[in-house]
Amino acid sequence: MVKYILKRVGYMIITLFIVTSLTFFLMKLIPGSPFNNFEKLSEVQRNILLDKYGLNDPLPVQYLNYMVSLVKGDLGVSFQFDNTPVTELIANRLGPSAQLGFQAMVVGSILGILLGVVAALRQNTWIDYGSTFIAVVGKSIPSFIFAGLMQYYISVKLGWLPVMLWKGPEYTILPTIALAMFPISIAARFMRTEMVEVLGSDFITLARAKGASRWQISFKHALRNALIPVVTVLGPLAVSLMTGSLVIEQIFGIPGIGEQFVKSINMNDYPVIMGTNILFAVLFIVVILIVDILYGIIDPRIRISGGKSK
Amino acid sequence: MSNKDITISKDMFAPVHIDPSKSERIAKPSLNFWQDSWLRVRKNKGAVVSMIILVIMIIMAFVGPMITPYDYDTQNTKHNNLPPRIQGLEDVHWLPFDGTLSRRDGTKYNAYEVRKVDAYYWFGTDNLGRDQFARVWKGTQVSLFIAFMAALIDMAIGVAYGAISGYLGGRIDSVMQRIIEVIVGIPNLIVVVLMILVLKPGIIPIIIALTITGWTSMARVVRAQVLKFKGQEFVLAAKTLGASNSSIIFKHMIPNMFGVIIINTMFSIPNAIFFEAFLSFIGLGLQEPHASLGTLVNAGFKSMIAFPYQMIIPSIMIAIIMVCFNLVADGLRDALDPKMRD
Repeated sequence: MVKYILKRVGYMIITLFIVTSLTFFLMKLIPGSPFNNFEKLSEVQRNILLDKYGLNDPLPVQYLNYMVSLVKGDLGVSFQFDNTPVTELIANRLGPSAQLGFQAMVVGSILGILLGVVAALRQNTWIDYGSTFIAVVGKSIPSFIFAGLMQYYISVKLGWLPVMLWKGPEYTILPTIALAMFPISIAARFMRTEMVEVLGSDFITLARAKGASRWQISFKHALRNALIPVVTVLGPLAVSLMTGSLVIEQIFGIPGIGEQFVKSINMNDYPVIMGTNILFAVLFIVVILIVDILYGIIDPRIRISGGKSK
Repeated sequence: MSNKDITISKDMFAPVHIDPSKSERIAKPSLNFWQDSWLRVRKNKGAVVSMIILVIMIIMAFVGPMITPYDYDTQNTKHNNLPPRIQGLEDVHWLPFDGTLSRRDGTKYNAYEVRKVDAYYWFGTDNLGRDQFARVWKGTQVSLFIAFMAALIDMAIGVAYGAISGYLGGRIDSVMQRIIEVIVGIPNLIVVVLMILVLKPGIIPIIIALTITGWTSMARVVRAQVLKFKGQEFVLAAKTLGASNSSIIFKHMIPNMFGVIIINTMFSIPNAIFFEAFLSFIGLGLQEPHASLGTLVNAGFKSMIAFPYQMIIPSIMIAIIMVCFNLVADGLRDALDPKMRD
């Protein structure tokens, strides 16, 4: 197990190194300058500016400087937002993003698991078909399409919930649902398959034979065992939530990291793009790592095969 | 019960004539892999219906822009923001094709009558007066083109990489697999965004950005299959007969894994459609006057409250395409996957 974790952490570090280097060099490839009205300045003024920001140094020196400050947790300053440090800009926006992601994850996995369990307990009834339908629709249709349609029909037409912004609990309902559709469908599908399999196994028959109640069988014996493999989908789900939140925050005007990212892309604010990019990469990679390790701890079978073949 | 005396005598029976030449006859017509798979796909009604819808969509993507009298990129600012109106359907009040819009206070008015426009825009017009019907189908065409191209390129790279890695084995295989592991670890969102920033938005850059990370799953699947076939007799036979490595891979192994290749490709198409629409949303999509479904929805968002049809119609289009592709892919997986075969 220790060997497995060490190996995974090693890969993580290599991947992070590649992502940060890639980000740096690709950003350098982009034409144009980070300063406004750069062309209008005289040669001397330009050089002073470039010197101040260290942009006159040879590329390897710039790269080294960037990597060193990155390790120290310094992501540079924004070109567009009054020289605010990128870390400060991002830190201010972590709250809403984290809250939205957390809510969507909790709502998504709980609803999804419930839906899957109910579908498995009531196989081939309309409940089962309904849950399958929700799973297919939720898995296929992108979250931003849901967001747009719900925003129009629920907020604009019916006026039940606020259209956008982020001022209180009622503002979080629509974005959470839109973002949770994907986790709901994935969890429901996965849960149903697992539950059906577990319900058909011998120990359930034994529990039934000894006279355990239906409730006890479903929730005490079957659910626990069926839940284990569901942990594997949590990683990809978290990643998809982060991707989805970029657009959802944009649509609902939520002051989160995703909105900042899109804003910086549209304003060519390179340090912020690089900073958010790296932050996303770290989050993605760490989440996947944690889920993989967690899964190894929960299910001993993975620990053995995972350490050797993967 | 009647008390009939039924006597069964021996002479009522005669031995069956056994024809030794027919004893080995197979009664059912023999089916090849594709016929067999088709039988299974056909049972899955969702997949069949989705396939039909997709075929109609693909045909409309090419025919659609031609059957309206308007071009997708011709601007007519006098006719901007007109709601959908279709001949014949405009009198059916519960359909949204009567050319009416609602004001802020909830009252309805016929935009065509108020603005004295004598025309029929089937899906309405956008803020520059371009015909939405032509734009939606043109956008569908572009979105599907990007998705199919990305999927095909993924397939080509993935199959070649996976086959080489698996077939050669040894150190080459382990180096190639380590490379894949690192690439898989890089979130594709980040690579796609960076690539588009460097290459500038356009159809080709989007395809390139999607394929840079997209081929890895195909490569893994193909490698696993190649490893499985490598030790089997038909490969040994081909080798004994002097077949070259490339002909063993491409003529003997790959035809045997068409099933998994098709399934994988079918799943990567909706994924590509999703990413294309996603890029449009974060401001990295196609530039005007080109349209894809993603840019149309994104543009529709900006005028959602006043002109909801501009957002709803392309949204429904994306939704239909995505659901259909997923259902077809699921159906094909159930039909083609050898593990599911009985």
